[in-house]
Amino acid sequence: MSEKVLMKGNEAIAEAAIKAGCRFYFGYPITPQTEIAAYMAKRMPKIGGTFLQAESEVSAINMVYGVAGAGYRVMTSSSSPGVSLKQEGISYIAGADLPALIINVQRGGPGLGGIQPSQSDYFQAVKGGGHGDYHLIVYAPASVQEMADYTIKAFDVADKYRMPVMLLADGTMGQMMEPVELPEVSANEIEKPWAVRGTNCARPHNIINSLYLKPEQLEKTNFDRFEKYKEIEKNECLYEEYMTEDADIVLVAFGIAARISKNAVVEARKQGLKVGLIRPITLWPFPSEVLNKTADRVKGFISVELSMGQMIEDVKLATECKKPVRLCNRTGGMIVSPEEVVESVKKLLSEVE
Amino acid sequence: MAKVTFNSDLCKGCSLCVAACPKQIIALAKDKINAKGHSPAEITDQSKCIACAFCATMCPDSVITVEK
Amino acid sequence: MVVFKKPKSLTDVPLHYCPGCTHGIIHRLVAEAIDELGIEGKTVGVAPVGCSVMAYDYFTCDMVEAAHGRAPAVATGLKRCMPDNVIFTYQGDGDLASIGMAETVHAATRNENITIIFVNNAIYGMTGGQMAPTSLPGQVTQTSPYGRDVNTVGLPIRVSEMLSALDAPYYIERVAVNNVKNVKNAKKAILKAFKNQVEKKGFSLIEVVSTCPTNWGLTPEKALQWVDEKMIPYYPLGVYKDRGAEAKEEK
Repeated sequence: MSEKVLMKGNEAIAEAAIKAGCRFYFGYPITPQTEIAAYMAKRMPKIGGTFLQAESEVSAINMVYGVAGAGYRVMTSSSSPGVSLKQEGISYIAGADLPALIINVQRGGPGLGGIQPSQSDYFQAVKGGGHGDYHLIVYAPASVQEMADYTIKAFDVADKYRMPVMLLADGTMGQMMEPVELPEVSANEIEKPWAVRGTNCARPHNIINSLYLKPEQLEKTNFDRFEKYKEIEKNECLYEEYMTEDADIVLVAFGIAARISKNAVVEARKQGLKVGLIRPITLWPFPSEVLNKTADRVKGFISVELSMGQMIEDVKLATECKKPVRLCNRTGGMIVSPEEVVESVKKLLSEVE
Repeated sequence: MAKVTFNSDLCKGCSLCVAACPKQIIALAKDKINAKGHSPAEITDQSKCIACAFCATMCPDSVITVEK
Repeated sequence: MVVFKKPKSLTDVPLHYCPGCTHGIIHRLVAEAIDELGIEGKTVGVAPVGCSVMAYDYFTCDMVEAAHGRAPAVATGLKRCMPDNVIFTYQGDGDLASIGMAETVHAATRNENITIIFVNNAIYGMTGGQMAPTSLPGQVTQTSPYGRDVNTVGLPIRVSEMLSALDAPYYIERVAVNNVKNVKNAKKAILKAFKNQVEKKGFSLIEVVSTCPTNWGLTPEKALQWVDEKMIPYYPLGVYKDRGAEAKEEK
C-alpha cells in the first residue's frame, strides 16, 4: 500500500480515476468541482491520456458517450446546473448500455442557486435524471478516502453492468482536505466485444444505439435492463450502520450530512438518548431492506439532509409507515449542525413516547 | 456489350434514372408492381445502352448494376 | 466488366427514404469513398437525429447513433480515443446547423480530425417538413406556412461560408447531387474529405445540397430542378476552405 497524502476531495477523485485506468476526461468549468478538471489538465498529457475542455456540459457528456461506445474508461465531472445539462447524454448512455462515470459535486439550487454545498440533486441522481426508464448506480462518499475508493469501484461496476455510474458528492466533500491512501490498482478492464473500434472486416458491425421504433422491442429492452437492475439491487447495495443495535431513534443521512449526524449520535448519547445512524453509501440501490428491518425495533427515523427533504421519501417507502419519519434539514448552502439534529431527536422522542 | 440490370425489388419508381438516361431507354414498368408497391424502372432497349452509368449515378437506392 | 454496382460498404438493408430522396445517393458516395480508400474495417460512423437517423443500419462499418446535434461531440470522443481510426458524422441541416451548431463550430475550430457529411435540404424531413435554419426566404413549410419571414425568423445560415471564416478547419466544400456532373464532383469532394482524415490533416466538412421531394411538395425530378433554380443560387457550390491549397500557394 502506498502512503497517505493530504488531498482535496476533488483531487482525490481525479487521481483515483487515473489509477483506475481512466485516460479520457471531458468537462466544463463550474464551481465547486473545477479542481477535477484542473488536475486532469495537468496529469493527462503526462500519462498519454486526453483532457479536453468541451464547449459545454452537453458536449462533454456526448464526448463521454463516444469514448464509452469505443469501450474505454471515461469520465466527466460537474456541479448541479452542469449536471442538469448532462442529463440528455446520460439518458443516451443508459439507453445504449454504456459504462461511464459522472461526478456531481453538488451546489445549491434550483436555477443558478449558489456555490455552497448542497444535497438537493438526490432525486435527479437516484430517480434517473433524464428522460425514460433507467437508473444510475449512485455512490455517496462521506470522506476524501471514500471519494477515491468509490471512484475506483465505480469504474469496475460500470464495466461489469454496462451502465453509467454517478458519484454524488457535494461542495464540502470536494473542497475539504484529508489524508488519503491511493491504492495501486491493477487494470481490471474486461473484454468489451460490443464496442465500436472498427470491424477490421472480421465481424458484423457493432451499433451503439438507443433507438427502438418498434414498441415491443423497446419494452423488451427496458424489461431486460430492469432485470439487470434487480441483480444490482441484490449485489451492490452498500450502507454503514453506527450504534443502531439499541437505538430508539435512527438517523438516516449520506455524505457530509452523515458525518454531521455521526457527531450528533455521539452528542445525543452523552445526553442519554439512544440514537443510531444508517448511512446509505449507495443511494441507488437504496438500502431499503435494512431500514425496513430496523423499523421493527426502533421508535422513529430522522432523515438528515441538505435539501428540502428528498431522500426522506425513500426512507418512508422503505419503512412502509411502520414508524414515523421526520426531516431535519438545511438547504441553499447552509449546513445542518449536530445540535439541530439532537433537537430534532428530542422532538421526535417527545411525540412517540 | 453494355448491360444494365435492375434490382427491381428495391426500386421506388422515383424516375431519377429515367430522366438521367441520355438514350431515353429507361421507363417505369406499366404492367408490374413490386413488393414495395412501386412500378419499377426497367430498360426498354438494351441494345442502345452505352454503359454510361448515368442512371446508376442518380439512383438513390443502388438498384442498378451496369456492365460492359 | 462491371462499370457500376452498389459499393460493398453499404449493407443490404433497403433504405427507408422516400422515393427520389437524394440521401441514398449521398450514402452511396460515402460508401464508395470508404471502399476506395480501403478503410471499412477501421471506420466508425456517427448517425444523427433526423431522416438519416437509421444510417447506422446502412453502413457496414461500426456505427454510433448520437443525440440530436451532438454527432461532432460524439465523433470527437471516438477520435480522441482511436486516433488511427476513421470517424465520420452524417448530419442534416436541423441537426448540424440548429441544435448542434455549438458542437459543429467547436469541432471545426479544434480542427478535429474527423469528416462531416452535412446534408442541406432546407427542411426538417423526419418530423414532417418544418422550417430549417437553411430554409430559403419565403419558403413555405409546416412552421412557416406563410413563407419564411426574414423579419421575424431571420435569414438562412450559410454553413460553409460561416465555418470557413474560422482559421482552424482544414477543408470545407459545398457540392450538390442534383445531376450526374454534380454527383461526380460530390464524389470527389467526399473522397477528399476522407483522405484528408487518413492523412491526419484535420477537420473536413462537405456540405451536400440535397432534396426533399416529399416535403417540398415536388416530384423527385422537379426537386432536382428546384436545387438548380433556388438552392444553388443561395448556396453557391465550391471550395470554401482548403488549407492544403493555401499552404501550397504560400510556398
